[in-house]
Amino acid sequence: MANYHVVIVGGGATGSALAHDLTLRGVRVTLVERGEVTSGTTGRHHGLLHSGARYAVKDQESAKECIEENMILRHIAPGSFELNDGLFVAITEEDLAYYDDFMEGCAVCGIPTRTLTREEALRLEPNLNPEVKLAVQVPDGTMDAMRLPLRFLATAKHNGAVIKPFTEVLSFLMEGKTVTGVHVRDHVTGKEYDIGADIVVNAAGPWSEKIARMAGVDVPVQPSPGVLVAVWGRLNNMVINRLHRSGDGDIIVPQRGLSVIGTSSWVVDDPDKLDVPEEHIQLMYEKGAEMIPLVKHSKMRAAWSAARPLIGSRGATTGRELSRTFKCFDHADEGVEGFVTITGGKATTARGMAETTADVVVKKLGLDAPCRTREVVLLPHTAYYV
Amino acid sequence: MAEQKNVQFRVFRYKQGDQAPHYDTFNVPINERTTVLEALQAIRRDQDSTLILRHSCHHASCGTCGMRVNGREVLACVTNVMELDTPVVTVEPLENAPLVADLVVDMGPFYDTFTQAHMPLIRQSEFLPESEVAEGVPYHMRFENCIECGLCVSACPVVSTDPEYLGPAALAAAWRVVEEPRGEDPEQVFAWVDTEHGCWRCHVAMECSEVCPSNVNPGHNIMALRHQLTKRKLSALFG
Repeated sequence: MANYHVVIVGGGATGSALAHDLTLRGVRVTLVERGEVTSGTTGRHHGLLHSGARYAVKDQESAKECIEENMILRHIAPGSFELNDGLFVAITEEDLAYYDDFMEGCAVCGIPTRTLTREEALRLEPNLNPEVKLAVQVPDGTMDAMRLPLRFLATAKHNGAVIKPFTEVLSFLMEGKTVTGVHVRDHVTGKEYDIGADIVVNAAGPWSEKIARMAGVDVPVQPSPGVLVAVWGRLNNMVINRLHRSGDGDIIVPQRGLSVIGTSSWVVDDPDKLDVPEEHIQLMYEKGAEMIPLVKHSKMRAAWSAARPLIGSRGATTGRELSRTFKCFDHADEGVEGFVTITGGKATTARGMAETTADVVVKKLGLDAPCRTREVVLLPHTAYYV
Repeated sequence: MAEQKNVQFRVFRYKQGDQAPHYDTFNVPINERTTVLEALQAIRRDQDSTLILRHSCHHASCGTCGMRVNGREVLACVTNVMELDTPVVTVEPLENAPLVADLVVDMGPFYDTFTQAHMPLIRQSEFLPESEVAEGVPYHMRFENCIECGLCVSACPVVSTDPEYLGPAALAAAWRVVEEPRGEDPEQVFAWVDTEHGCWRCHVAMECSEVCPSNVNPGHNIMALRHQLTKRKLSALFG
């Protein structure tokens, strides 16, 4: 097999899973990341291993991706999840009215459910609002937002991929309308140099529009931040979701010794400029307390923002109207060869995003190399450092 | 969120190939909620894009943004700038780890030792003991407290004088395996820590527990290992 070289721009969940996928298919991979790996959106997400139930009514493509990837991740990354399942809780009559659509959506998307009475739900989660009407158990879980992608990187690295954090892409190398590599600055030495590539993949999440512009193409990505608030203590063992159409502050993910309430949604132009608006912090407390009243009296550990890379519709105003699914762009369609962008998606679906992208990449290279990432069990996250 | 002011940051700088490290000074506008991490990101964004640091989760769960702020080991993401209440905030990389550049250290040697404790990431959750476990869930589980940040290793006065010392993070992890084996072998752990560079090397300075951001209390865990080992030795002597 010819020794093709692919450069991946971006060391988040998507770039990490893609480095793993392409390495398994026999492609030589170099991944460059401006900062530390997972320092963009990936490390800062909610930590929710989605069952897909959140999207089962309004965004069924995402929901199906989530449940399929959820099951694959349990198999390839054992020991990396808090697997306590999740509850969708109906607090008001209005929530209750959403139940039928929710159950039907879950059934269509293949998401297993179990309906619990108020009493059963309170026995599982005694801190729930006693007003709870009923709850639906689904296979949600908690992931470590950094340590799961580190397992992809660790495995890729041990299979020969070169991972270069603190390496910033300054410009693209082009021959006519063909991308032939990237010009980077190594922030460890301060030196600049070129990296040649048969294909460059842009996996820069909310920064992917900025990266694509360097090659003269446009990708319709809308950075859409959300605020998350972590409070001390585990108020719940299962992931608690509000049984209603997705909205603000309607998920509480227990994680380690914390409970993380999220999230809000708005849109920005620059993913490096994320505020943590005070009113969003208060909103997380208010909305979180509607599901678990103890939230109100819980001491805050941290509040932060993370920018989702949602696929556009530039007219979007809140980000909630945009799908959570992903899209792979072969920029040959716009006349630029040797350049592919993968964006959108979620941490839960990163492996699937990588599979789709690697399929595009190997086809462009003329290789016949099937995906193996559904079966290969990942090395532990610690293997990234050792 | 009324109060806004400028704070001076004195930041440790070094790139590989430099003769020696130096400090750069930056003025950063902050409000009542600004963390040291957010201030450093603002410096990187608005003043010097070559500054590098490690960060990921921004809520004290990943452990990557460990550094020394005004001489003290902290996680930058949960260190409030105004609460520091100093006219100048000095930011430096962790000690007892090889320097890579700027605020970044190499965590490789930390993990070389830490992984030998074989502590699984997942433990039984002790929270909400009165709650029932849902159907299909084997037991309530959660991630371990230790976030592998290296603050304790940086703060430990013994690590800098004895490079072979296993150090507080690895010893604390070893105790967790004894406390809750989860398929691992506590006998191997006891053999690993029962040496002059193991749990007996600790001076009980307790700096590790002082700086730990995640309720691991490594000093306590090291004492617990010693206590168990002593008990086992005594019962071997006297039956």
